[in-house]
Amino acid sequence: MTTRKSWAPYLFLTPAVTLFALFLALPIGYTVYLSLRRTKVSGLGLGKGSKREIFVGLDNYVAAIGDGELWAGWLRVLGYAVLVLAVMLGLALVFALMLDAARVRLARFSRIAIFLPYAVPGVAASLMWGFLYLPSVSPISELFGVAPLSQSAIVYSMANVAVWGGTGFNMLVLYTNLRAISQDLYQAARIDGASELQIALRIKIPILAPAIILVTVFSIIATIQVFTEPTTLRPLTNTISSTWSPLMKIYRDAFVTGDLYAAAATAVVIAGISLVLSFGFLRVVKNHAFGEA
Amino acid sequence: MQMNRLAAVAAAATLVAGCSSGGAQQSAAPSSPAASSPAAQKVALTYWNWVPGMDKIVAVWNTAHPDIQVTSSTQAGGDDSATKFLTAAKAGNPPDLVQAEYQALPSFVAAEAVADIKPAADPVKAQFSEGIWGLVTLGTDAVYGIPQDSGPMLLYYRADLFKKYGIAVPKTWQEYADAARAVHAKDSKVYLGTFSSKDPGSFAGLAQQAGGQWWSISGEAWKVAINDEPTKKLADYWGGLVKEGVIDSMPYFTPEWNKALNDGKLLTWPSAIWAPGPLSSNAPKAKGKWAIAQLPQWNAGENFSGFWGGSAVSVSAGSKNKEAAAKFATWLNSDPEALALLVKEGSLYPAATKGADLLSEPPAYFSNVPDFWKQAAGFGAGARGFTFGPNVNVAYNAFKDAFDKAALNKTSFSGALQSVQDATVADMTKSGFKLAQ
Repeated sequence: MTTRKSWAPYLFLTPAVTLFALFLALPIGYTVYLSLRRTKVSGLGLGKGSKREIFVGLDNYVAAIGDGELWAGWLRVLGYAVLVLAVMLGLALVFALMLDAARVRLARFSRIAIFLPYAVPGVAASLMWGFLYLPSVSPISELFGVAPLSQSAIVYSMANVAVWGGTGFNMLVLYTNLRAISQDLYQAARIDGASELQIALRIKIPILAPAIILVTVFSIIATIQVFTEPTTLRPLTNTISSTWSPLMKIYRDAFVTGDLYAAAATAVVIAGISLVLSFGFLRVVKNHAFGEA
Repeated sequence: MQMNRLAAVAAAATLVAGCSSGGAQQSAAPSSPAASSPAAQKVALTYWNWVPGMDKIVAVWNTAHPDIQVTSSTQAGGDDSATKFLTAAKAGNPPDLVQAEYQALPSFVAAEAVADIKPAADPVKAQFSEGIWGLVTLGTDAVYGIPQDSGPMLLYYRADLFKKYGIAVPKTWQEYADAARAVHAKDSKVYLGTFSSKDPGSFAGLAQQAGGQWWSISGEAWKVAINDEPTKKLADYWGGLVKEGVIDSMPYFTPEWNKALNDGKLLTWPSAIWAPGPLSSNAPKAKGKWAIAQLPQWNAGENFSGFWGGSAVSVSAGSKNKEAAAKFATWLNSDPEALALLVKEGSLYPAATKGADLLSEPPAYFSNVPDFWKQAAGFGAGARGFTFGPNVNVAYNAFKDAFDKAALNKTSFSGALQSVQDATVADMTKSGFKLAQ
């Protein structure tokens, strides 16, 4: 009995640990390894053996952090993220509350209609919106009096694609949580004379807080990793540079200009920043959300 | 309780077993082709390319050569395919043969991803012009591929609309600018042409025509002169027209551009000899309305052009069957039967000099120009190229970013050109290339 006890827990852990090691720890370790190296060319760089890999310590990190384009990219993405988070999560919450309200009609249809864009792949969504944005083929570009792909509007146009695609998913998460709340609470509130609006503000939203925080963290991570929308829209317009978002810069370094080492260093820096932002947010809101738990 | 625990252990064990057997399968998979090749005597080659109908051409080879079987794998083409090949080469599983655009070849060579196939290539050297051959030797003693097609540039224009707006075919860039102003003055929605900040290859071709030498080798060092005088003149010429608003700045190959071509809102396209392909698929409505002319010249009476695009077929340095691969590459691009197929199936303009004789029927899109190929060959005869450097990818990426911005804000194009030069030099310095001052 005692011997079995000693190996059983490890056996249970094996699949998780194996998967973690193979598909997470190993690639991360390799990325860090690459980020400390660089190829060095001698002479013309054309003959055999004129290129070799050398260890450069933290040089790539110094270059990555010192690159103004990376921070300009962060600034752009931060503006974009604030826009997307506020509008997308705001809409998701409002839709979820509306669908959950007692006297709603066509709830099933509306739920599916709002969720459906989430099923459209990001590239397809960006292309579809991209075509709608192009001045000469667009039915809507004149609508707001400003070209959607112009310099002043491009952030909003991109945020629109993300909001369109993401609202449904977040709404569904919040809505599912709402359905789990006991109806007794509402009945008690109604007996006390609370209106539907008061129930929503005073009961539903506070109980939803952990779910809201969950979708916010997911959304923060997703939006600061924005890549698909700008990359897909880029060929259609002059307004998006190849380093518009930090992730695009990594892609450019690795696969366009062929500097895998610089890309690895930038990737590590970005991963660090994402971690700090996500956990920072969790820390800030922890007491509000999980105080009673 | 006991039962439950046992069941769980059993389940976990199954999971682990499933996991490890999956792993075993994965590690076994890559070795299986290697294991099967000694069993059969014949050589199997993979060939990455994006030539239309290449599978039919390969089938002809495969029937005649049962011992060397080639599989054609269709790629997306362009910069992405070059990246994919470099990545595959770095990862150690490249194809045996690869379509290498001339501007991408130096980066393949610098990455040691393609092999020197001089012994196989030398016998067919005489079938190619000096200029084209230089693109696969990079001015060295090695030969890094067999030239397949080339893209001398000419001017495509809408003959019907030129008549409608009463403008003559421009013979010089000065006349082209005047025509651009005239057309735009007559109809503010119509432009003579557009400057595409997304197509550095087109700009490079025009720079070649102007006499630019972006890269060159002097002794054991590279010389980078993307901002040389001819190219600066070229940049400011287009920058001026964009700023003036008489030339559009929408990129090529976009839905918008397609629409403008279809609707007759763009009257010219300085493009390469392969343009009938994209024109017929992107602007089908304008079929039979285009004509061709010599690219406008910088000085009246000259006859210069440049190259946009064109590829060689290279043998991967990581291939296990380099000799067989080189044999196929040579056949594909110099054998009369193969050349005829390249023309017929692939709609290519073969790089081999005898390939031009095979082109008689005009492209269907240009059925109104019966002697299309003869005219085009004449207009393209004065095409001059330049050596491409080892980091064209960096330069082209910098071009897109800098000229995107310049075209958008209507700022100085020679300023944008300077930043392309700076980015290219900085990258080469960082990598350790020796640069001549």
